[in-house]
Amino acid sequence: MKRVYVNEQWCLGCHLCEYNCAYANSGVDDMVKALKGKQIFPNVHIEEADGVTYAVSCRHCKDPLCVKSCIAGAISVKDGTVVIDKSKCVGCLTCVLVCPYGAVAPGPDGAASKCELCMQNTCGEPACVKGCPNAAIVYEERQERA
Amino acid sequence: MREQFIYPDFEVERNKERCIACRVCERQCANEVHRFDAELGVMLSDESKCVNCQRCVSLCPTRALKIVKSDCRLRENANWSDSTIKEIYKQANSGGVLLSSMGNPKPLPVYWDKILINASQVTNPPIDPLREPMETKVFLGKKPERIKRDEDGNIITEIAPQLELSMPVMFSAMSYGSISYNAHASLARAATELGICYNTGEGGLHEDFYVYGPNTVVQVASGRFGVHKDYLEAAAAVEIKMGQGAKPGIGGHLPGTKIVGDISRTRMIPEGSDAISPAPHHDIYSIEDLRQLVYSLKEATEYKKPVIVKVAAVHNIAAIASGIARSGADIIAIDGFRGGTGAAPTRIRDNVGIPIELALASVDQRLRDEGIRNNVSLVIGGSVRSAADVVKAVALGADAVYVATAALLALGCHLCRTCQSGKCNWGIATQNPDLVKRLNPDIGSQRLVNLMTAWRHEIKELMGGMGINSIESLRGNRLMLRGVGLNTKELEILGISHAGE
Repeated sequence: MKRVYVNEQWCLGCHLCEYNCAYANSGVDDMVKALKGKQIFPNVHIEEADGVTYAVSCRHCKDPLCVKSCIAGAISVKDGTVVIDKSKCVGCLTCVLVCPYGAVAPGPDGAASKCELCMQNTCGEPACVKGCPNAAIVYEERQERA
Repeated sequence: MREQFIYPDFEVERNKERCIACRVCERQCANEVHRFDAELGVMLSDESKCVNCQRCVSLCPTRALKIVKSDCRLRENANWSDSTIKEIYKQANSGGVLLSSMGNPKPLPVYWDKILINASQVTNPPIDPLREPMETKVFLGKKPERIKRDEDGNIITEIAPQLELSMPVMFSAMSYGSISYNAHASLARAATELGICYNTGEGGLHEDFYVYGPNTVVQVASGRFGVHKDYLEAAAAVEIKMGQGAKPGIGGHLPGTKIVGDISRTRMIPEGSDAISPAPHHDIYSIEDLRQLVYSLKEATEYKKPVIVKVAAVHNIAAIASGIARSGADIIAIDGFRGGTGAAPTRIRDNVGIPIELALASVDQRLRDEGIRNNVSLVIGGSVRSAADVVKAVALGADAVYVATAALLALGCHLCRTCQSGKCNWGIATQNPDLVKRLNPDIGSQRLVNLMTAWRHEIKELMGGMGINSIESLRGNRLMLRGVGLNTKELEILGISHAGE
């Protein structure tokens, strides 16, 4: 299945992916209206240390710990994509704790929020990939690890 | 007054209604123009550091940014322009030679724009390149004067080594050092995919790029940096650089601060030492001396590779080219006064040399008059900006053209002309690893391939319009050109008629 991968070599740490993500998931049709003066809750995060920058988002694991850990049964795997049913989420944030990649974070409404490959919004393809100026974030099929 | 204040050339206009304070501009500006003020919660800018490279403008996700020319002007004076006065201030402040980059930006005549191309109507049909075969392939090198036969009457087909190009364009010399590793990688990969050549410039050939050897022209310049046996053997052709259009008559100087790591190894000089290319080749003071170097290089490469001699277009260019054509060189490259550079003294860049169009026409004519045009191929460069310029150059007599500025533009360059600062925000003219990585060669090489593919289509369209189906039939075909708004002398030198004639 196609997943979002990051080529660290080309990541500039510009943080555009975070803003494109927040905009895509805002449901608002104008970026300024969606993001101006607001704290953003993107599902992709730039990690930076010692001159290395890297965009981190959900790996869509085959056997996801977040799904196993969810006490409310809000997280499930749909066609390979790990998705959260926010109406079921009780906000215990156990998923945030267990995710080994740090890819789940609390969203604006208190419910856990994570990358769903822009399948749930109108973007059509991952917004972080579409907006990355240096093709550091790619959406492609790769050999699955055992 | 110890230092004269110079008002910044540009202003940063930020549309406060649109700015979402994402700080992309701040992170992307190596000149540190933008910063976020946490107390006020807004972005602030220091326009005095802005070079108008448009990196922030390009990346701003809400199009909140605009860089505009400052309207703060000194009192109007038709003789003393703002820039002239500011240059005086700068020199009075610093005591230094003014430095500039890229090509001459002065409003001197661009002859390409005063030449128009013919098309067929009624009496000879145009050709549709989408329906009929159209040849853009060229071979550069010495051509035989006449057909020769062996004892049995068979034609002797052995000819001097040729450089085969799928279209009459090559990427011109830019050294590793003046441009980044990723810029070189983009050029090398694109040249290979396109079936043309790129040129190492005088910086040696990085070990990673030997695989692109069949599409590489290696340069031997006055500093001889990076020249060794494998370097010469790796290449498709060897170029002796006598001069450069942006700075005829002077050498080069890559400061020691840029001679680090791979660059030091590739140039074969110690880290931190200045790479100084002398103005002359210290072993060349005549055509006979040049001949010695040409043949040394041919000997070293077993007469398998064409040797190019590159000179800047200067006043006596026809006589100089005639000498070079007799020196044993296979190809003459002439670089016009608008050619780019990574750094040159402003006065030299803006005032030395002649337009390439005139140089090309006079050289082609001179070599034809002397019956030695077949001895060499002619390659010209120095601001060839489009497929139309290529077609005009070929019709004026060029075998191929060199492009560099257009190639850099394809890689993201915005012609801010501050390469000399080494802080290129587009990852081209810099060695800072954080900036170099901004140019992803996967994207860069694809954009170069796109540009050249587009040009090739346009060249075919223009040729087809003239009823010509091969670039060879266009070469030196000056009847296909007409001048507009040119005086008699200019038309005479260009060897073309005026429009309407």
